[in-house]
Amino acid sequence: MKRLLLAPLAVAVLAAPVLAGKPITVKGSDTMVILGQRWAEKYMNQNRGQIVTVTGGGSGTGIAALINGTTDICQSSRSMKQEERLKLRDRYQTMGVEIPVAKDGLAVYVHAGNPVKSITVEQLRGVYMGSITNWKDLGGGDATIILYGRENSSGTYGFFKEHVLQNRDFSARVQTLPGTGAVVNAVARDLNGIGYGGAAYAKGVRNVAIAKDEKAPAVMPTAEAVQDGSYPLARPLFFYLRKPPAGDTKKFVDWVLSAEGQRLAVEVGYFPLN
Amino acid sequence: MTVTPLTSRRNAARARLRAREGVIELLLRACAFGAVAGLVLIVLFVFKEAWPIVADPEVQKESSLRGYFATPLWQPVGAVPKYGLMPLLTGTLKVVLIALVFAVPLAVLAAVYSAEFAPARVRETLKPVIELLAGIPSVVMGFFALMVLASWLQALTGAAMRLNALTAGIALGLGILPTIFTVSEDALRSVPRSFREASLGLGATPWQTAWHVSLPAASAGVAAGCLLGLARAVGETMIVLMASGNAAIHSASPFDSVRTLAASIAAELAEVVVGSPHYATLFFLGALLFSVTFVINLVAGLFVGRLRKRLAGT
Repeated sequence: MKRLLLAPLAVAVLAAPVLAGKPITVKGSDTMVILGQRWAEKYMNQNRGQIVTVTGGGSGTGIAALINGTTDICQSSRSMKQEERLKLRDRYQTMGVEIPVAKDGLAVYVHAGNPVKSITVEQLRGVYMGSITNWKDLGGGDATIILYGRENSSGTYGFFKEHVLQNRDFSARVQTLPGTGAVVNAVARDLNGIGYGGAAYAKGVRNVAIAKDEKAPAVMPTAEAVQDGSYPLARPLFFYLRKPPAGDTKKFVDWVLSAEGQRLAVEVGYFPLN
Repeated sequence: MTVTPLTSRRNAARARLRAREGVIELLLRACAFGAVAGLVLIVLFVFKEAWPIVADPEVQKESSLRGYFATPLWQPVGAVPKYGLMPLLTGTLKVVLIALVFAVPLAVLAAVYSAEFAPARVRETLKPVIELLAGIPSVVMGFFALMVLASWLQALTGAAMRLNALTAGIALGLGILPTIFTVSEDALRSVPRSFREASLGLGATPWQTAWHVSLPAASAGVAAGCLLGLARAVGETMIVLMASGNAAIHSASPFDSVRTLAASIAAELAEVVVGSPHYATLFFLGALLFSVTFVINLVAGLFVGRLRKRLAGT
């Protein structure tokens, strides 16, 4: 009886790879891994038989894989460098195809009762590196700044470290919490707290306007400011391909750019393209 | 003539029975040794993954035993990763000490009351209720500490950091209190009644009897309870992860946020690249934690054995 049940199952298991289309491989940015995986899961649910595998390793690793031909799509949170494009041209006679798929913006939160309304990127760096420790140096009251951040496993941590701290070390006094929700919660309860994370999460806390430097105007992390690039802690997220997408790959890329794919990006904590 | 088939049938039935017994015993033995084998495999795995720290020069370039004490910074992700173990060690020590200072007196005195003074009816509700505390999932305890306890303690102490070693330590203390209480109470209850009767008969008060006779007689069991609580405190992850703030600050102040060994593993292992120096380092922390709790549990076991011998011998 058991054997009878197992036989069709075995056939199905053996036949599955034959029935399925060619798997699409996606590799690159660690920041985008979760986003890519969510896209892949939803897409595979809707398109039985199509397999999309998503792996991380970093934007650079993904671009190298694209050049070596070991991935179909490269996820990257930075633009391709000129020498990388030249390598692509040497091998495939193309400069690569760049497709923005979502936008990433990082908000800085403070307690709703905090008088500090804006901050420059340089001040933010000082705060998180531990050289600015009192709110009065930022135009607030005389109180110690309590720092909240993300675990070092998070892409947000990496983005902040790279773009705000310019790859220098965080102060040891940064309390690291699991998830943006936890950061928001902690700042909401801490009059002297400061934290960072997705702008969409800011409930019960206040977003601070951020200025690129002392002369530039301070900008709030609104969807428009993130999309037009005037918000300093924003960046586009890309798919890179060797050639314009075709076939199964084109179907997947089109779906990612569709309203449904973009909505998923918002759910994961990013901004849509439009 | 008529007897032979009967006995042979009986013999056959007995043989079947014996065969069945044999199979059952085999299964039970497989279960017992399976559990042991599983444990051994886990230990081997943890130590194997940590091995590159002492053996692989490629990994040692980034993360080595000497490097752990060369920097007070724990920042394993970045352009120049820093694996300073000191803040994690002092952090773990601080939280565990606070938990013990909070939980041991409370649990032991509650056990003394329950075993020596409480009327049967009070004891029958007191004991299960305290033991129910052990049934609270640590994530719920951590959540309580994060949302409620931290605010109370901050209002009380005026600490700048809302989440700190004190908050985590007290929440952890609540977590280990039932363990210490139960083991201590059982030890006190196993002190023969003749001890107490002799003491009371000599004119000692009930408190003198409890403090000078019962508690010393049960001391090995109480110590075992404290050690089991300690072992749990060292390894406890969720409460600390949620209530301590997880900042790797190398200081002695109980009002600073702390990052413990267990919480570091829990927070970082999920996204780490398999086989990387960071990965091996986290497994090294795991091996360290395992060794510490193993030794503590072993000593606690010795204490329990001594208690049994002492009470049986007299």
